[in-house]
Amino acid sequence: MNLYTYASPANFYRLAGKLIPWFAWGAGILTVWGLYISFFMAPTDFQQGEAYRIIFIHVPAAWMSMFIYMVMAFWGAIGLAFNTRLSFMMARALAPTGAMFTFVALWTGALWGKPMWGAWWVWDARLTSELILLFLYIGIIALWAAIDDIRRGDRAGSLLTLIGAINVPIIYFSVKWWNTLHQGSTINLMKAPSMAKIMLLGMLVLAIAAWFYTIAVALVRVRRVILERERQTEWVKAILEKEN
Amino acid sequence: MHRFVLAVLRRDLTLATRRRGDWLIAQFFFVMVASLFPLGVGPEPAMLARIGPGVLWVAATLASLLSLSRLFADDHRDGSLEHMVLSPEPTVLLVLGKSLAHWLIYGIPLLLVAPVLGIQFNLSWEAIWVLELSLLLGTPILSLLGGVGAALTLGLRGGGVLLTLLILPLYVPALIFGAGAVDGVMAGTGAEAHLSLLGAFFVLSLMIAPWIASAALRVSLE
Repeated sequence: MNLYTYASPANFYRLAGKLIPWFAWGAGILTVWGLYISFFMAPTDFQQGEAYRIIFIHVPAAWMSMFIYMVMAFWGAIGLAFNTRLSFMMARALAPTGAMFTFVALWTGALWGKPMWGAWWVWDARLTSELILLFLYIGIIALWAAIDDIRRGDRAGSLLTLIGAINVPIIYFSVKWWNTLHQGSTINLMKAPSMAKIMLLGMLVLAIAAWFYTIAVALVRVRRVILERERQTEWVKAILEKEN
Repeated sequence: MHRFVLAVLRRDLTLATRRRGDWLIAQFFFVMVASLFPLGVGPEPAMLARIGPGVLWVAATLASLLSLSRLFADDHRDGSLEHMVLSPEPTVLLVLGKSLAHWLIYGIPLLLVAPVLGIQFNLSWEAIWVLELSLLLGTPILSLLGGVGAALTLGLRGGGVLLTLLILPLYVPALIFGAGAVDGVMAGTGAEAHLSLLGAFFVLSLMIAPWIASAALRVSLE
């Protein structure tokens, strides 16, 4: 079997159709499991009380917001380098979900900040850089919306994603660059986690759930984009006739 | 190679001297935005000195954005841009020359006006000196990154506002380090660290931005 087969929109359309139910059900089951762990199994934090439980949504959303941006930059670079149509479609399909997770991370961050710092919003490094990431997403989506020509829009959006990707490392290292009152990263790959195992498990399960959700939603969206762009081809006409 | 850059530079500077109104507008915009802040927040000297570096830097980024939407637009409208892109010289050098010309026309006058505004904001001479240094390192960044935005939004409806939306997030590091340098010298911690990071960001922009802008220009002209 040749993987490049799936670079063709027609083949990928069918593959995506088969994959979507798996990822959608996976996301649903993992979300229920993760929420059960985080609400009923994880112990109450002795410093932060029950309010800390928002971490189970906040951290996966923040991870996904940055990760999706890097994936978009990856697909944009592949598309610019190899001139593959499907890569641009993937980048476009991912952007709204990325913006959504960025917004969720900001929102839950504000909800968490109120009981912890006594303020809905503080201009701390990570909140601020997450806000800038949201601006980047909005800029890219606005650029796509403003360009009617598909080919130009794809390339322009990918170039903007790439130059914005230089900002993502700055987001990541901003904790070290600016002195702030945000607590240091809770999860550190280099040393043993400083939180209870069960809390970590809940967070990881929800992160994987967010991952599955993103894949499912992006595949649904990319199928729509494929249908729209390939509407003049025979195979799309055949599908549309069958559905009607 | 450098002759092509110089030719682009000379052409843009000549055009700018023939239309003096254009670059004066950007300078007056800078002065007016900065002068509105004391009217909004009150005239206490201590507070003005506190917010001064940030206000001047934000005003400088906005003034630079104001002029950037026309970086390629005028040449695009009369068709000369396509000829320059089609010429055998690399498009990267065309973009580099145009960004450099933009900095000379709009960035350098900002440097000349900034000390006066610094006095208005009750900054010390030392702080004004660091402000000048930070603007000297920072305004080329604005022109280089802005070239990317100008190329991406070339010929689009509402291109000017869209350009602002795309480019302002990219200006954030320059703003933080530029205003941070002046804050640093006023707080007594020194400006070297911020100025070094600003310089690093400048070098990074100089290496990357012209390539992306020239790719964007080719995409937009296709």
